[in-house]
Amino acid sequence: MNGPELLARFTAALLPLVCAPALLGIINRTKAVFAGRVGAPLLQPYYDIFKLLRKGAVYSGTTTWVLRAGPVIGVATTLVALACLPLAGLPAPLSFAGDFILVAYLLGLGRFMTINAALDTGSAFCGMGASREAQFGALAEPALLLALAGLAWLTGQWSLSGIYAALSYETWSVAAPALGLITVTLLAVLLTENSRIPVDDPNTHLELTMIHEVMVLDHSGPDFALVEYGAALKLWLTGVLLTGVAVPALTGNPWVNMLLALAALFALAVAIGCIESMMARLRLHKVPQFIAGAGALAAMALLLALEH
Amino acid sequence: MLRGWIEFDALLVVLTALAILGSGRLKFVNHLVAVQGVIVSILPLLVEGVDMPLRAAFLTALTIGLKGWTFPHFLDRAITTSGLRREPQPVVGYTAGMLIGLALLGLAAHLGGRLALPMAAPAPAAVPAALFTMFAGLFLIVSRRTAIMQVLGYLVVENGIFVFGTAVAPGESFLVELGMLLDIFVAVFIMGLTILHLSRTLDTVETDRLQRLRERGRALGDGR
Repeated sequence: MNGPELLARFTAALLPLVCAPALLGIINRTKAVFAGRVGAPLLQPYYDIFKLLRKGAVYSGTTTWVLRAGPVIGVATTLVALACLPLAGLPAPLSFAGDFILVAYLLGLGRFMTINAALDTGSAFCGMGASREAQFGALAEPALLLALAGLAWLTGQWSLSGIYAALSYETWSVAAPALGLITVTLLAVLLTENSRIPVDDPNTHLELTMIHEVMVLDHSGPDFALVEYGAALKLWLTGVLLTGVAVPALTGNPWVNMLLALAALFALAVAIGCIESMMARLRLHKVPQFIAGAGALAAMALLLALEH
Repeated sequence: MLRGWIEFDALLVVLTALAILGSGRLKFVNHLVAVQGVIVSILPLLVEGVDMPLRAAFLTALTIGLKGWTFPHFLDRAITTSGLRREPQPVVGYTAGMLIGLALLGLAAHLGGRLALPMAAPAPAAVPAALFTMFAGLFLIVSRRTAIMQVLGYLVVENGIFVFGTAVAPGESFLVELGMLLDIFVAVFIMGLTILHLSRTLDTVETDRLQRLRERGRALGDGR
């Protein structure tokens, strides 16, 4: 490995840590433009996180270390998962056969700790959100794994770095239906995992409808900053899984590829903003159907991939 | 032959069938069945459009006219008359129905690969899709209670048979295909009229309630 390539890989590994909150800013700005408002600055998520980091934290008397561990473990698991994630055709720092299963379960572990922290507060309100998160998460996980298994079978690679390096426009030309279905599934998984419309509304604070927001209501100060940062990282992670399929690495130059991948991610954020502006949240009992439908598409993609 | 397009068409047929299994709104399902009808009608054009363009174009136009326009309009009116907006109590729920549909899809893919066809099929990729569509239609008939949904299920089965016939035996006699279309037309016509009469005289289109025979003199509606 020579110097410039090492530098490119180093940058690709650091990029999510710096740029992830910007995705949230772009989504919010898109929604503001749709609604005819000026909207918050694009860097508002960064300001929020720094503001929260400077504040003190308040802990209720009924909580234990579980509440404090929740956000830390949430961010830590997402960071490890990000270490397995290649960007723009550059191999990830951590790569081995079957690492996508580790990524899926790291996401699951982070979710488990967030749920535990919500239950630890002893509030019925947080418990309600935790129950919903557990239900929808359990449905989204098979959809994600089926989609990744389809990709693995299509490319004949068993690590995320291998899969995403092998994807190209030739893969699209021979297996467009399967890849199209996988893209749609990954979009649905992204919307579910990040609690966006039509699964959950990140803006609402109405108790009957909230999922993610209600779980983290009792976090404050630096803990809440970690929650927000973790949410941004998770959005980046699921976004890269999606854009890596939809927009494979084009050129041989890693820097150009990285810029293209970044542009694709920002375009995805705009698309999410458009979806949120144009769609209403689904009724709660319709959400499992939405996620099961995504799983059905992934299963079909896997069947198509097996036929190839 | 346009192999890639045939596969894409078959995929769309499967997707619409899955969507039909996952929805309970009568008009929406009716529209989905119409869309599926148009999708399957394009298949003859893709399979034999190069060899026999005139025949294929005529068949496609006729099928689109029937499945994409006549049936949906007729059933739309039947649904409006029945006053029912959605399937009241399906035997199997929609999420479960979609998962069962997936299992059926796996079965169809398995069978489609093993099925020994008597002659060389021009579009083998469409065979699993055809089998799945037939299964989905049958499932719709047994798992829904309203007569309207059962008619729609019948149409989905018919779409599957159409795909199968087009994919396996494209050269079959033109008269046979016209006869089939006439049969379906008459069947849907009769079933639609039955639904209209059911909803007018009995105030219900749920077939579960039609279990006892009564004489005409007594109140017909109290069978419920």
